[in-house]
Amino acid sequence: MTLEVEDLQVHYRTMKGDVRALDGVSFSLADGEIVGLAGESGCGKTTLGKSLIRLDGRMQHVGGKAVLDGAELPIGDDRAMNTHRWKEVSIIPQYSMSALNPTRKIGKMIAELLRSRGKSYREIKGELVHRLELVGLSEKVLDNYPIELSGGMKQRVVMVLSTLLDPSLLIADEVTSALDVTNQKAVAETLVRFRDMGFVKSMIVVTHDLSLVYQIADTIMIMYAGRIVEKAPAETIIKAPKHPYTKALIGALPEVGLEHGDERLQSIPGKPPQLLNPPTGCRFRDRCPLASDECAEEPPVVAVDAGHEVSCWKAED
Amino acid sequence: MLELKQVWKSYRVGALGSKRLVAVRDVSIDIAPGEVLSVVGESGSGKTTVGKMVLQLTSVTRGSILLDGVDVTAKGHYERKVYYRKVQGVFQDPFSSYNPIFKADRVFDTVRESYFPQLKRAEWTAKVDDVLQSVRLDPGSVLGKYPHQLSGGQLQRMLIARALLLDIQVLVADEIISMLDASTRIDVLNLLGELRERGLGVLFITHDLSLANYISERVVIMRHGAVVEMGATGKVFTDPQHPYSRNLIASVPQLHRKWSDDPQTPEELEPDGDREVDPSPLTEVSENHWVAAHP
Repeated sequence: MTLEVEDLQVHYRTMKGDVRALDGVSFSLADGEIVGLAGESGCGKTTLGKSLIRLDGRMQHVGGKAVLDGAELPIGDDRAMNTHRWKEVSIIPQYSMSALNPTRKIGKMIAELLRSRGKSYREIKGELVHRLELVGLSEKVLDNYPIELSGGMKQRVVMVLSTLLDPSLLIADEVTSALDVTNQKAVAETLVRFRDMGFVKSMIVVTHDLSLVYQIADTIMIMYAGRIVEKAPAETIIKAPKHPYTKALIGALPEVGLEHGDERLQSIPGKPPQLLNPPTGCRFRDRCPLASDECAEEPPVVAVDAGHEVSCWKAED
Repeated sequence: MLELKQVWKSYRVGALGSKRLVAVRDVSIDIAPGEVLSVVGESGSGKTTVGKMVLQLTSVTRGSILLDGVDVTAKGHYERKVYYRKVQGVFQDPFSSYNPIFKADRVFDTVRESYFPQLKRAEWTAKVDDVLQSVRLDPGSVLGKYPHQLSGGQLQRMLIARALLLDIQVLVADEIISMLDASTRIDVLNLLGELRERGLGVLFITHDLSLANYISERVVIMRHGAVVEMGATGKVFTDPQHPYSRNLIASVPQLHRKWSDDPQTPEELEPDGDREVDPSPLTEVSENHWVAAHP
């Protein structure tokens, strides 16, 4: 078991009160597992990714814990977290194209970063060049400024850099959103290859694109309004979803082969609740076609199958 | 109805405009009333420039754009205003299309000031209610609100409603759903389908092939400023002839097929060469399916 997250609660403090971006999230990640984390904007998926590395100082860690490889991560403490970042937990940020320092050549920037961690650039350079070649970049990029590379190339540099110290957990936050379809595929497949080659032990892929994450993930978690509503193997989530939200989300995806004339795709009416004062009970019930009185109560987490968990009152039907 | 005839566009780039970048090369397309035409391509393929030229936000370097057989290039403020009565655009980011200081319905008031100054208040309100209903928005829930109080889908539909206040014939929709969530984007997409049924021509610019396939009858695939393949959506997507189209379609993530089931290495493509020369000519491989010559 690589990662265990238990009842994680993260709030953002605002003038109006606390925004409960994560409200009791628990899950675990096995060795070598790629978990896809999908949901609408504002559902807390990026917060979940960032909170495991504590990237954002505005986050208030309210409760819960995360255990990585048997040791608890100090996710509430910025300073203590610093020794774990990059070596144990690493992230590919959402706008990784702008994650590179524009005033430094890439090689120099990497050397500076390594020095700050007490590592020698000269010792690691061989491995670095090897990995750059794996993603189709030549050693020459180390002498380039970020501006001289295309978006796809910068993305690949950041991917190599994030995984250079073989972290045990990698968080990939919307890494493919800003790319073209052809680059998207290459980047997604590189993530899988990094896992297969043992550069990273396990991975959380945060995305809003369900069809992309289906291609690479072993397990998919669907988030809604600060909570995980369904978790199952990728195949099951797509072929046999149980939660009404997952069903609606899949029903709203256009597929190549489907045309406007044959069948109208359906949207989900309404919008997600405010997380400032989240409603009690099931948070999807205002938009849910199956909602009934019992949904005003907190829904139970039902294990419908091995590895398939749904928090819904109607999961049994 | 709207016709682009051998349109070229080059931008001046570099210090003091010392270099030229050819963004669109010899593009000829047409849109009929009641048709959604999709323009698909990677970033830098020139698809947005095509939209901008149709909207006259940038000039045409060579070639011409005709609306009902008349060249659209406006010669002054008046002609431009007349043109915008017939052709309107909606863009990618709904949040930056609005001024956050003003209420969102100000976009309607600006139309009234320029085009309907003599209309009475009651008539105008009725007209606004009417178009809002035609884009499936409840007037009560969107009027008088600030942009941050509305969702991306609502804002985007209000911009379409704004375009519909004028009797437009062509709507240029440039990546209008890329920023929206999966649950709301479908409303906007289905709305485009309804506009088509009302006889509007829609130029739908997108990088998402599955959206293009869902909504349009004809599709144009662009690369390096030129058209590489165009034709009926069904034919282009089921039987792509150009290696670039094949690569593109194979890379789309789909729910009924995994990449790993059918591993393919992308085909070699011609590198970006001299953009000043004429692009490879299009040949008709079957009825309503054109492909650029390729090695």
